[in-house]
Amino acid sequence: MEETSHGTGGLTFDKSKRSWPNEMNILLALIIIIVIFEILGQALPYMKDQSFLFDSRDRFDSIFNEARLKIIILQVAIIGIIALGVTQVIITAGIDLSSGPLVAATAMIAMSLAQTELVNGYPNPKAVFGVWAMDLPVIIPVVAGLIFGAMIGAINGTFIAYFRIPPFIATLGMFMICRGIALWWSGGNPVSFPTESFKSIGAGMMPVFWFLSLAVIFHFILKYTVYGKHTYAIGSNEEAARMSGINVKRHKVLVYMIASMLAAFAGVILSAKASTAQAGMGEFYELFAIAMAVIGGISLTGGRGSIIGTVLGAMVFGVIRSGFTFVKLDGSYQLMAMGGIIIAAVVLDQYRQRNKA
Amino acid sequence: MSEDIVLKAEDLTKHYGGVHALEGADFEMKKGEHVAIMGDNGAGKSTFVRQITGVEQRTRGKVWLYGEEVNFAGPLDAREAGIETVFQTLALADDLDVPDNLFLGREKTFANWLGPFRILDYKGMRKATLAGLEKTAVKIPNIRNTIQNMSGGQRQCVAIARTATFQSRLTIMDEPTAALGVQETEQVEHIIKTLKENGEPLILVSHNMRQVFDLVDRIVVFRRGRICANLAKADTDPQDVVAYITGAKTGEEYRESAL
Ligand SMILES: Nc1ncnc2c1ncn2[C@@H]1O[C@H](COP(=O)(O)OP(=O)(O)OP(=O)(O)O)[C@@H](O)[C@H]1O
Ligand SMILES: [Mg+2]
Repeated sequence: MEETSHGTGGLTFDKSKRSWPNEMNILLALIIIIVIFEILGQALPYMKDQSFLFDSRDRFDSIFNEARLKIIILQVAIIGIIALGVTQVIITAGIDLSSGPLVAATAMIAMSLAQTELVNGYPNPKAVFGVWAMDLPVIIPVVAGLIFGAMIGAINGTFIAYFRIPPFIATLGMFMICRGIALWWSGGNPVSFPTESFKSIGAGMMPVFWFLSLAVIFHFILKYTVYGKHTYAIGSNEEAARMSGINVKRHKVLVYMIASMLAAFAGVILSAKASTAQAGMGEFYELFAIAMAVIGGISLTGGRGSIIGTVLGAMVFGVIRSGFTFVKLDGSYQLMAMGGIIIAAVVLDQYRQRNKA
Repeated sequence: MSEDIVLKAEDLTKHYGGVHALEGADFEMKKGEHVAIMGDNGAGKSTFVRQITGVEQRTRGKVWLYGEEVNFAGPLDAREAGIETVFQTLALADDLDVPDNLFLGREKTFANWLGPFRILDYKGMRKATLAGLEKTAVKIPNIRNTIQNMSGGQRQCVAIARTATFQSRLTIMDEPTAALGVQETEQVEHIIKTLKENGEPLILVSHNMRQVFDLVDRIVVFRRGRICANLAKADTDPQDVVAYITGAKTGEEYRESAL
């Protein structure tokens, strides 16, 4: 028997016919979008032959416009962290709408434990707790945020798995609860003035570092661990997963916990980056995160999707944002284009699925 | 109780709300025996299988496996106790490939201290899959294909290969040849004959009279949730079995309960 052909029983298998991965299509779309902006940069009269991606100033040390590349990825990094979690939830055929408000609530909680006692020699004007909570090591606000996220995720997962509440409803409820918590936490006031060490975890390109590191970790987990296999199995055929002996309920709780912990971590990083926490933070983040996953080729009916796809989806998001800024079209056009791309992504994917079957 | 009794069920009963899908089933099979379960659609055959395999929790009754009373909390318990099942619904995950499905719920892994994040031994599982497929002579062009892209018969083959890949003390097949072509059916029957030669016990749910008479030692007939006959193959013939299935006849010892 020829192991390399993976054929058994005398049937042959033509390796060249192996369907190319979905992620390639998204990469292709990403390149096409970049090319379009590149062309617009050359063609639009008011653009004066600027290049979107390449360094248009004559310097030898760089080919690409590094500043733009950095911005493209930096502005999607925090929502991207949320998207890594919601990707896993959607693979189980679930959804998580609570992540945006969870970002805000976690930001408030973490920032309250990350404050510094003296601002310019005066007591912190935004102090939430007493002196005991001032100038704590950075690990404390981070861990507190993660624990809060884990709790919210456990509640989401428990209602969904054990009480059979549809994920949309359970997390919609949690969406409101978390926004309520964020508003209640400091009576609507922002929480500010963190320690330098807390600021540093969100400073500069740190959000990108977290996003990409977590993406690599979760790519590995989804592809090469039992957790990942069961996540796909549950989304693919929940009944079969159960009959195969997977503890579906417990696994779902774990998936929602991980998703919420990632959203909570995004909240921590966002507040560190902004050096402040406000109850209104993270508005629409849950929807943008879902949109990244959808552009990345995930199926809302479960069983399909990948971290690589979602990262590419986030890149499409980032490229469109900075592309529209580049051609000097404002946010309203961005939103319209983004909406069109989300719908186009799903239409194309369904077309592809139908032709494959 | 004797260890020679592979499986024994007493007063096994399952109600779905008001539906009495299975009522007071008494069942017993000996070591090495192959038993067929027959009966019309909705007679309760699959319900019986689901109670034995821990997929559902029975309403009432007791089950013994090799003389030991068992109360499976879930399907994994039954598998760990050595019951391998081909379910009528096949229980395959469409988006996963053949090795993934064969090992779903009991993956070969490394670094087990990582708990749910223990690492999959893809290579080991692929090897075992190829061996399992070869053992059952199942034909699948590419084991890396997802189940979704397979024909109904190939899916069934995967589900059957799954039971053959693992050591089992009791194999249950719920209509394993329902969607299969002539050759594939022969293939499955060959697998069953091999089990017989090795003395491995089997419960076969089937509507195929020829197949049942070819393969098994004993036929148990279900009707409207109750067992209505328990026939040694030597003492019966197809017409007789049909009479039991349709309700024209009821076994001596079951007459009272069928009223
Ligand atoms: N989950 C369920 N809820 C309610 N009723 C059910 C359920 N599962 C099965 N039933 C009912 O129980 C009865 C027995 O069903 P079962 O699947 O055991 O039949 P079967 O003998 O396997 O039939 P077939 O030959 O068609 O596979 C049927 O009337 C069916 O409608
Ligand atoms: Mg059935």
